[in-house]
Amino acid sequence: MATSLNLTLFPSQGVLVNPGLPGPARTLPRTKPQRRFLRKGASNLITAKFELKPPPYPLNALEPHMSQATLEFHWGKHHKTYVENLNKQIVGTELEGLSLEDIVVVSYNKGDLLPYFNNAAQAWNHDFFWESMKPGGGGKPSGELLDLIEKDFGSFDQFVEEFKSAAATQFGSGWAWLAYRASEKDKKLEVVKSLNAVNPLVSDYFPLLTIDVWEHAYYLDFQNRRPDYISTFMEKLVSWEAVSARLEKAKVQAAK
Amino acid sequence: MALRSLALATRKTLTLGLNSTRLSQSRALQTFSLPDLPYDYGALEPAISGEIMQLHHQKHHQTYITNYNKALEQLHDAIQKGDSSTVAKLQSAIKFNGGGHINHSIFWQNLAPIREGGGEPPKGSLGWVIDTNFGSLESLIQNINAEGAALQGSGWVWLGLDKELKKLVIETTANQDPLVTKGPHLVPLLGIDVWEHAYYLQYKNVRPDYLKNIWKVINWKYASEVYEKESA
Repeated sequence: MATSLNLTLFPSQGVLVNPGLPGPARTLPRTKPQRRFLRKGASNLITAKFELKPPPYPLNALEPHMSQATLEFHWGKHHKTYVENLNKQIVGTELEGLSLEDIVVVSYNKGDLLPYFNNAAQAWNHDFFWESMKPGGGGKPSGELLDLIEKDFGSFDQFVEEFKSAAATQFGSGWAWLAYRASEKDKKLEVVKSLNAVNPLVSDYFPLLTIDVWEHAYYLDFQNRRPDYISTFMEKLVSWEAVSARLEKAKVQAAK
Repeated sequence: MALRSLALATRKTLTLGLNSTRLSQSRALQTFSLPDLPYDYGALEPAISGEIMQLHHQKHHQTYITNYNKALEQLHDAIQKGDSSTVAKLQSAIKFNGGGHINHSIFWQNLAPIREGGGEPPKGSLGWVIDTNFGSLESLIQNINAEGAALQGSGWVWLGLDKELKKLVIETTANQDPLVTKGPHLVPLLGIDVWEHAYYLQYKNVRPDYLKNIWKVINWKYASEVYEKESA
C-alpha cells in the first residue's frame, strides 16, 4: 500500500522522512502574486495586512457534499482566526511586506518552527484548499495532468488510492497533497501527507492539490467517518481545472 | 502448522465480534475490548453532549481498539517470523492506536455526572498538594486550560504525578501519545482530550469554552485515588 512515493513531513525532523530524495528546505524567495492589502495606518505608514479571501464560490455551493455550516465555521471561524492572528503577530516586524508564501518558508525555519508558522501556513493552506474544490467537482483530469498522473502513478485509479490512503493515515491533524517536484534529473508528481500546519512548500515542492484532514474539516458532515469524507472530496469536489492551472504555473517556475 | 492457522482463523472471526477477550489463550495474545462507560451517554450534559459521548465512545475509542488489536496481531506474526522490518513499521500504529485506547480508558474515568460527584473539588492529600504546588485549584485549572487551548492540532492535556520528583506536573502530548512518553516516571491523574472530535459538535471552534465547562464534570475522586495509590 505505502510506496516510496508516500512521504510524510515532520516539522521536528526537518524536511522529509524519506532520505532518498534530494533537496534541502527551500530558501527565499519565490515570488508569487501577493494576496495582500496595503493600507495606511494612523501614523501614515503603509502597513501590509493579510485579508481573509473568500472561497471562489458561495458558502452553500458545495452542498450536499460539504455543508454550508461547515464552510461557515471552517472558513468563517477557523481560517479567519488564522489570518487575524497572523496579522497581529507580524505587525511591526520585519515580516510585514513579505508575501504569505515567503512568511511560511521563513517561519518554517528548517523544522524549528517560529511562532508565526502555524498561523501563516494555515492561512496559506486554507486558501489553497478552497481553491482546490469547486461545485460540481470530481471526475477525472485530462490532458497533460492526466498523462503525468498516469506516468508517475501507473493509472489515475492508483493515484486516487494513494492519495486517499495518505489522507486516511495522517494521524491526528494534517493535510494530504498532490505535489510536483522538479529537480535537475526528474520532474514528477508525488503524494505527500503532512502534520498540523506543515505543507510541501517548505520542502521545495509545488503543491497542486490538497485535502484538509483536520477533524474540523469534516466533523459536522461526516463525524468520525474520515474515509467517507475523503471519497466524497475525490468524487464530488476536486477542481481538476485548478490543479491543471497550478501544474502549468509550476512548470514555468521550475524552468526558471 | 494447521493447528496454528486454525487458532488464528478462530481468533480473527471472534475478534470481529468486538468483545472477545478470552479466546486467544492458545496464542497468548490478548485482545482488547471497549470498556463500558460508568454512566449514560447523556449523563454529562450540558457540559458534554450525549451525542458527543456516544460517538466518542462507540466510534472513536472503538476504532482505536479495533486497530490496536489488528496491529498487535500483525506484530505478533512479524515477531514469530523474525520480520524486523515489519516490527519496526508497526510501531507508529501501535503507539497511535494503543495510546488511543489507554488515553480514552483513563478519560472516561476522569468524568462523572454531577450527581455522582462530577465537579466536586478534590479533598484529602490531592487537594492539599494542588494548593501547595499551584496556589489554588482555580490556578491549576487556569494553567491546564491555557495549555489545552494552546495545543496545536490534536492531543491531550494532562495533570500528572511525577513519581520520581514527587510533584504534580501539567503536560501536553500530541495525537494519542500517552503521558508516559513525556517521562517514564509520569503517572496520569487527569487527562483532557483536546482533539476536535471531543468537542466540535457542541463547541465548534471554541475550544476554550469546552475547557471551561468540562470542569463541571471532572471526577476528582478518581484522580485522588490514583494520586494516593501512586504517591504511597
